Amino acid sequence: MDIGAIAEIARQTTYAMTPLVLAAIGEIVTEKAGVVNIGLEGIMLLSAFIAVYVAEATGSPWLGLAAGTVLGAFLGVVHSLISNYLKGDQIISGLGVNLLALGLVPFGIEAVWHVRGYHTVPPEAKVPALPLLRVSPVFILTVLIAIGTHYMLNNTGYGRKIRAVGENPEAADVVGVNVELVQTVATVYGAALAGLAGAFLSIDWLSSITKELSAGRGFIALALVNFANWNTLLALAGGALFGVTWTAAEWLKIIPEIKALVPISLINTLPYIATLVVVAGFIGVSRPPAHIGRPYKRE
Amino acid sequence: MERQKLVEGLYRFAEILVALIAGFAISGIIMWMGGYDPIKAYRAMLGSSILTTDPYNLAMTLSFSAPVMFTAITFAVGVRAGVFNIGAEGQMYIGALGAVIVAAMSLPGPLYLPLAVLLGSGLGALWGAIAGILKAYKGVNEVVSTIMLNWIAFWIVDYTRVDLLPNPKDPSKTVEMPEPGRLPIILRGTELTASIIIAVAVTLLSYYLLWHTVLGYEIRATGMNPRAARYGGINPERAVLWSFIIGGIAAGLAGVCEIAGRPPHYAITTGLSNLFGYGFDGITVSLIGANHPLGIIPAAIFVGGLTAGARGMQIVAGVPLEMVKAVQGVIIIALAVPGLLKLLKTRFTRGGG
Repeated sequence: MDIGAIAEIARQTTYAMTPLVLAAIGEIVTEKAGVVNIGLEGIMLLSAFIAVYVAEATGSPWLGLAAGTVLGAFLGVVHSLISNYLKGDQIISGLGVNLLALGLVPFGIEAVWHVRGYHTVPPEAKVPALPLLRVSPVFILTVLIAIGTHYMLNNTGYGRKIRAVGENPEAADVVGVNVELVQTVATVYGAALAGLAGAFLSIDWLSSITKELSAGRGFIALALVNFANWNTLLALAGGALFGVTWTAAEWLKIIPEIKALVPISLINTLPYIATLVVVAGFIGVSRPPAHIGRPYKRE
Repeated sequence: MERQKLVEGLYRFAEILVALIAGFAISGIIMWMGGYDPIKAYRAMLGSSILTTDPYNLAMTLSFSAPVMFTAITFAVGVRAGVFNIGAEGQMYIGALGAVIVAAMSLPGPLYLPLAVLLGSGLGALWGAIAGILKAYKGVNEVVSTIMLNWIAFWIVDYTRVDLLPNPKDPSKTVEMPEPGRLPIILRGTELTASIIIAVAVTLLSYYLLWHTVLGYEIRATGMNPRAARYGGINPERAVLWSFIIGGIAAGLAGVCEIAGRPPHYAITTGLSNLFGYGFDGITVSLIGANHPLGIIPAAIFVGGLTAGARGMQIVAGVPLEMVKAVQGVIIIALAVPGLLKLLKTRFTRGGG
């Protein structure tokens, strides 16, 4: 394999890793505050849809990305209301969002474009790649967000508050931290990034919208959170590892010798098997925040 | 004591009712925003599924209740053991694959059905057990592992449909279950087969298993408090693993019954389109049925009615079929809110504030 091929694999991996890393960074912040959002998959899918809709209607892919992010944030508000204020079941709320997306997105595709199941994004609504490197500007943004979020969590007062709330909400409450508000900010931040990840999927990387577009990436992001030990910089590095399995699957499909040997359907299982193996291998090494997934109730 | 239990039960029922109403109301607004007439849509949906005396419509509703009754057991048994097994979708695919493998063999007629049940439920159990072992002995989050296994199952079954067991007469599906291996049709001209009888029987069996056997007790004790269960001499890892195996059997049977008991295909179709979604619908059914086998039966009829009524809704009001899944999503989100009824009551007594 020559340098050109390796560079091309690296370039394609920046695309495959971006949605995983974005959603994982967001979920790290959410989980650091003690809240779990397994609705990432549904948020991605709904935001992917709205991004196409807005980008086409306005002719601006940037507004499409913004719309996806805003819808993600809104769904984060809904999840926060249920999990943080009403002290509801976080897993069930997340499941609901996932099922909602599975219904609303194909409904929306048919309602808006009058086609069943599949709509291609027109070129004018697509996020243009950066010249020269030919990577997405969203990838560069993702790297910056990973660094910025790492700094925020570890070096700022608000980051300390987020971590305190996730580790020991009683203590945080006693010293005057508004537990629910901090959890809500963290949840909305996480959901907004999942929304951006979804918008990137549809109007940038894959240039289409279907009900299978997110393809389990929201759940792979949950695995990545664990793998990265709740560290956003490690999520960036781990995201490259997870992302390269998607790129590898695409490359294997076009190599004639492999194509003759392994059917395409089976190559498609590669990223999922890799995720399972990695997660099974790394569990126990990482440590989740102490008060994760349980609503905080005052005595 | 009895009286208190009754009041609690009624309260729970009222809460679920509020969630259902919220589901319809919010989805109605979305439909209206999409340019459709929600009243017309709901009238067509319910009028062609549950709120009708037409035997054809009622039979179709029951026929769609069968698969989701099975997959609801998968989720419910998991919840009882304290895990969120959302892998019924993939376990059902693999179960259907088991039935198709048997369908492709040349066997004496009476052997098809028992072998399909055996292989389908066995493969479903195996698929569930992978997530079970990963959860019980390695601590892998079952939400992540079951979704990964769903996708792996999807592509494996898709591969067998295209490459291994294609139908020589119809490229859009796999080999068909031959005539002698099919479940009898209950009402001619409908899709209602003995699947529904098996589904109800298995649901009742799961009730017996959970509340009248030692294993069921161990599963429930583990779900309530794994540490206390261990003190009580129960092996919680084993109980969790068994919950995945039982769930896998139920989901596998859903797949088998869709192959052996769903006219006109009796096979797996392109993109697994005739199976897609029943596993996730089971989560809705289980949650509406309070994760209890006896609640699952009416809840499955309700969700089966949504699925059956979706066709009527599409024909009469032009609303895309998938809208019924969105209704389910909103219902689940509403069910995640604890004390939904109490919340509404305080709101209203405060004067809507």
